[in-house]
Amino acid sequence: MAMLLEVKGLRAFYGQTQSLYDVGFEIYSGGITTLLGANGAGKTTTLRAICNMVRTEGAVRFDGKDIAGRATEEIVRLRIAHVPEGRGTFTTLTVDENLRIAAYTRRDKAGVQADLDRVFSYFPRLKERVQQQAGTLSGGEQQMLAIARALMLRPRLMLLDEPSFGLAPLIVVEIFKIMRRINEEEKVSMLLVEQNAALALDLADTAYVLETGRVVMSGPAAVVKNDENVRKSYLGY
Amino acid sequence: MEQFLQQIASGLANGAIYACVALALVMIYVSTDHINFAQGELAMFSTYISWQLMQWGLSFWLAFVCAVAFSFLLGVTIERVVLRPLHNAPVLSIVVVFIGLLAICNSVAGAIWSYLIKEYPSPFPKSSFGIAGVIGPHQLGVVIVTLIVLGLLFGFFRYTPLGLAMRAAAQNPQMARLVGVRVDWMLALGWGLAAAVGAVAGIMVAHIVYLDPNMMGGILLYAFAGALVGGIGNPGGAVLGGFIVGVLENMVAYTGNQIEKATGVYIIGNGEKLTVALIIVIFVLTVKPAGLFGRVVVKRV
Repeated sequence: MAMLLEVKGLRAFYGQTQSLYDVGFEIYSGGITTLLGANGAGKTTTLRAICNMVRTEGAVRFDGKDIAGRATEEIVRLRIAHVPEGRGTFTTLTVDENLRIAAYTRRDKAGVQADLDRVFSYFPRLKERVQQQAGTLSGGEQQMLAIARALMLRPRLMLLDEPSFGLAPLIVVEIFKIMRRINEEEKVSMLLVEQNAALALDLADTAYVLETGRVVMSGPAAVVKNDENVRKSYLGY
Repeated sequence: MEQFLQQIASGLANGAIYACVALALVMIYVSTDHINFAQGELAMFSTYISWQLMQWGLSFWLAFVCAVAFSFLLGVTIERVVLRPLHNAPVLSIVVVFIGLLAICNSVAGAIWSYLIKEYPSPFPKSSFGIAGVIGPHQLGVVIVTLIVLGLLFGFFRYTPLGLAMRAAAQNPQMARLVGVRVDWMLALGWGLAAAVGAVAGIMVAHIVYLDPNMMGGILLYAFAGALVGGIGNPGGAVLGGFIVGVLENMVAYTGNQIEKATGVYIIGNGEKLTVALIIVIFVLTVKPAGLFGRVVVKRV
């Protein structure tokens, strides 16, 4: 499999505070990789660093191109879709506008409409609410909207920051099922950050464990899952 | 009764001007949280440009279009050159920059065109326009032109992808970047549009208040009052607020005149119109800071 994203020696800073020290990992196209770790380990920061949303040093190569230091919006235009922590809903816009904004540079109306239809096939619930103000959606619906909006970018890589956050378990299961379908049907690679390690390890094929801004362990998800430390620290048994 | 209708009509005409300037203020406010104190002076400068073009022989409407386009470019340039480096500057620095811009526009206009008050033509035909005894041709023309401009802007923001991107950038800049919107350019574009709308207001009002470098001072205050009445973060509210303030100031003066006529006691009249605007500002800020249509911002701590 071809390498899609390669991160080497990644360091990130919030003001004077360094929160990533020499993080490195690879993502192969078509796969789902997960970053595990406790609160403050640097999972969200890693995703933000890839999109240059935080002061970053180190190498980030996407599809063979060095993208470190490029503006966030230019990185996104290479078809890296970031579904941020807290879902990033445009609350005053309608559901329809929230989706169309991701395609605003495109001129092929038919193509955009086809993408919308395809996105609605994954999230029929959004179709029912298409003219509703996005701020009035439930948490689960807003998470669906965030993933749907990311899909409208026709991404090659999706960065998903805690899609299960604050949602009822049933909704989480539903959303994770849809994520698997998207990965298989759209051939979208995914980098998933999750607090819910059990769920993430079930979905992912590769896992990295972060501790205080460093990668402390990595391997196939099935192997990581059976590691004793991981089981004790993150899976709770 | 006729006089009453006249006052309402002229209030609407003034209100249309305030509405444009208020909308210009709001357009910059929603994306940057700053009130551009130089908005009025920029509009004044654009009006001089259109006057100069007419002196050079252009027709009114050609000069109008050129001046509005010039203002758009001027707004974009000011944002890119002057405000871009101050992106993370504290509010007070930006306020100082706005006041600086105000002073610069004012004195440059004075230096080029002198402080002598000039007449400014009205493009609307005297005979076939207006309703006799109620609304004059220029007033009616002003209302129509501003309504067209406001309608175009509404259509732009509501129905075009670029308008959508600008709204998204104003509402949630970080997320807008994450869907590929070039937020910095959206801000510059917002400045350009605000300057263009301001220019329309300046050109329309110049026939009424005459052309001089201080022509927009009072109007900016009324517009600010209008924006506050409508809710400073709400474009539709600002437009309505502008019209409300326009009618209100005339009604206050009209009532004052009626009282004087009936009792011979002078309480309030045309001279106190600006005071009314300031009272509205203070009243809204104390009693209902969010305005009529504004959203109350609740911060979670």
